[in-house]
Amino acid sequence: MIALDKRPQPSRAWSYAAPVLAVVLTMLVGGILFAALGKNPVEVIRTIFLDPLFSKNAWFYRPQLLIKGAPLVLIAVGLSFGFRAGIWNIGAEGQYIIGALCGAAVGLAFHPMESWLVFPMMIVAGAIGGGLWGLIPGILKVRFGTNEILVSLMLVYVAESLLAAMALGPLKNPEGMGFPGSRNLSQYPSAANLELISGSGMHWGVVAALIAVIFAYVLLARHIFGFQVRLAGQAPRAARFAGVNPARMILICMGLSGALAGLAGMFEVSGPAGQVTIDFNVGYGFTAIIVAFLGRLHPVGILLAGAVMALTYIGGGIAQSNLGLPAAAISLLQGMLLFFLLAVDVLTHYRVRFLNKAVA
Amino acid sequence: MSETLLTLDRLTKAYPGVVANKDVSFTIGRGEIHALLGENGAGKSTLVKTIYGLVKPDSGTMTLNYAPFAPAEPGAARKAGVAMVFQHFSLFDAMSVAENIMLGMDNPPSPHAIAGEVRRVSHLYGLPLDPDRIVGDLSAGERQRVEIIRCLLQDPKLLIMDEPTSVLTPQEVDILFLTLRKLAAEGTSILYISHKLAEIAALCDNATILRHGQVVATCDPRQTAPREMAELMVGTVLQSPVRTARPEGPILLALKGLSAPAPHRFGTVLHDITITVRAGEVLGIGGVAGNGQDELIAALSGEMPVAPGMVELEGAAIGGDAVNARRAAGLLCAPEERLGHAAAPDMTLTENALLTGSRRKHLERNGFLRWPAATAFAKDIIKTFDVRTPGPGNTARSLSGGNLQKFVIGREIMQNPSVLVVNQPTWGVDASAAVAIRQALLTLADEGAAVIVISQDLDELMEVSDRFCALTDGRLSPARPARGLSVEEIGLMLGGAHDLEVAHVEGHDASSGSLPSQMKQVVQP
Repeated sequence: MIALDKRPQPSRAWSYAAPVLAVVLTMLVGGILFAALGKNPVEVIRTIFLDPLFSKNAWFYRPQLLIKGAPLVLIAVGLSFGFRAGIWNIGAEGQYIIGALCGAAVGLAFHPMESWLVFPMMIVAGAIGGGLWGLIPGILKVRFGTNEILVSLMLVYVAESLLAAMALGPLKNPEGMGFPGSRNLSQYPSAANLELISGSGMHWGVVAALIAVIFAYVLLARHIFGFQVRLAGQAPRAARFAGVNPARMILICMGLSGALAGLAGMFEVSGPAGQVTIDFNVGYGFTAIIVAFLGRLHPVGILLAGAVMALTYIGGGIAQSNLGLPAAAISLLQGMLLFFLLAVDVLTHYRVRFLNKAVA
Repeated sequence: MSETLLTLDRLTKAYPGVVANKDVSFTIGRGEIHALLGENGAGKSTLVKTIYGLVKPDSGTMTLNYAPFAPAEPGAARKAGVAMVFQHFSLFDAMSVAENIMLGMDNPPSPHAIAGEVRRVSHLYGLPLDPDRIVGDLSAGERQRVEIIRCLLQDPKLLIMDEPTSVLTPQEVDILFLTLRKLAAEGTSILYISHKLAEIAALCDNATILRHGQVVATCDPRQTAPREMAELMVGTVLQSPVRTARPEGPILLALKGLSAPAPHRFGTVLHDITITVRAGEVLGIGGVAGNGQDELIAALSGEMPVAPGMVELEGAAIGGDAVNARRAAGLLCAPEERLGHAAAPDMTLTENALLTGSRRKHLERNGFLRWPAATAFAKDIIKTFDVRTPGPGNTARSLSGGNLQKFVIGREIMQNPSVLVVNQPTWGVDASAAVAIRQALLTLADEGAAVIVISQDLDELMEVSDRFCALTDGRLSPARPARGLSVEEIGLMLGGAHDLEVAHVEGHDASSGSLPSQMKQVVQP
């Protein structure tokens, strides 16, 4: 028999060790899965976790790490505020799409005018678009008591349909010979989110992600708002007693996470993706949920978790092309990571005791 | 009476880090009302849980009816004839009395049969209760009757009652005691857990006193002075709070026709509450929980805003102000629920000091927190109010009830409030901490603050209050000087609308002067 005793306070050591252990367990169980698929598990794990960094083609993959990691970190930092406060925005994917659409629409509206003002305006439009999309479930929750998990998730599908409509309609490239998709923004200098240092993968989205991490850190550790966010999540009644307005907290958290997701979408559409297409979104908004939890909802943790997750994206891509691994196996690996993290987290809050059967 | 029902022999139970019971032995006779006395944490709960089969002792044996008794689970204990009424009721608000009773049975008969049984037993033992009523609409005393009748239907040999009177009015206590005496006379033994010494002296045949998990004394409570028993319980000599006479100060807080709808389905509507509190005065508000205490303190703290003119602080209408604006103006509150309301359980004491102190103690500047100042404030509270904890970095959850309560009350007092409102300041707090908290409240009033103490504990209210009023069904009685108020008068003030006729008649008969007209106001809002 195994018994779990609740710890008087969560274990600090385990809260750091749990994500690491979760990664290790994912590698182990993932390896078993790959072996069942008839692959050499050691080779697959090495391909996914090490090749992007250390193989002879790493010069090509390393910039990809920043490109994949930046939107994950940017979105996850935004989500972490809501998650800490007990507000569950599951629809970052939709806010990401709307942010990209709004940003791209502003850029395309000015085409082909050249001005340094175009890109900043696109940034603002992306943030506002994503923020407003995130506010919809927030306002519905405050006004009518709806469940923000369901509403934000369902709005993802609305956003996807909107994306398809835009790519085929208003935003379609007039010179695109009827193909769906917008003009390529990376070929429009005023609106392009180009690499800041050639070959580094460093674009404005990476800069924004780093700034977001620093801001989030200061906010959580030093600012009354961060304190109120933590309080609202841990003890809602105490938060009200401390003067936190729950409705305002919901709106701020939904708006903030939506705005950051929108920004991520904007930087993606104007940079790495380049154009609005029907299949523009690749699930960053959902993966960011895993990143947020893997990073313990802590800004620095999220930075590290974003890097690990980007690694599985890139390494997974390599494994797909080089070893013929199915794409679903990679998604499975990412899901497993969250699964194991939640499981291992029991150790943070509980002490495991092995009972002697004779006594019990 | 002399026949033995239950014998406990050297029961010992240890939890990691603490010995809850150590070599506890005593006996309960058939038809005996036996008191189990002790402070919080003395091991009373562990002991009764052992008897009720919820806890397995590490060593020691029990004998029930001359047969070895080692229940593996509450079901086995019930089969052997042991029933228990818990301090916190386990009832479903949305279901009827009969349905609730059925839920607790192993082989429930038909609802119709249950209703008949409930009527029969409630009539037999003088516990009026309608089996078809919805539990959510019952008073605390009536809910307790549901629990008691649920036990009596099992025809128990031993009835365990855990702090049964903490939620009752004095009149309800009298009814309960009549029932218990009748049960004892019929041969049912009762194990009565309490820390209210006067009750035990009135009711019990024998008393076992526990301290730190061990039996420190067994006595006849009718022959032993309450003070002696209290000191046996605590292990030290208790100080009574001292207070000095004060001149009447200016009015600091005025409630003018404060009314508010119920915040949720089983909440209480506040009706036209009007009262003033002066500087240097302690106003005691008595009443059984669930009569509007939570709503009243929410209306005062700002968690439930009302019309601006309904609450006036030093002449300024603040009824519509938010929580922190009221704090800034000097109106501070300490709600009843320590963990989760007054303090965040998993946050450190430093963070909890910040929770209400950020504004008045200047722990933030332009929204940025001054952590060193917050830590210093927390340390200050810990030192001044003798909070037993390794330091301000420990979580609120790790503190005992009494220590956390000292911290919570201390946190508000050290912000120099002009008006302080506390709800149940010593609920679940050990005797020495309770004395310290009451003394701190009196000292605060001596220094010129107005203090409102909301409590169910009448002894406490009589000890600290200058004036006393009763909160019943969301209505506040006019305040009367606390000195010289008799228990009967208080009971009538607390009685509420359903005692209208009785109150009126008894008021006329019992006293002269202004009482009858005041009583009328109490019961006819």
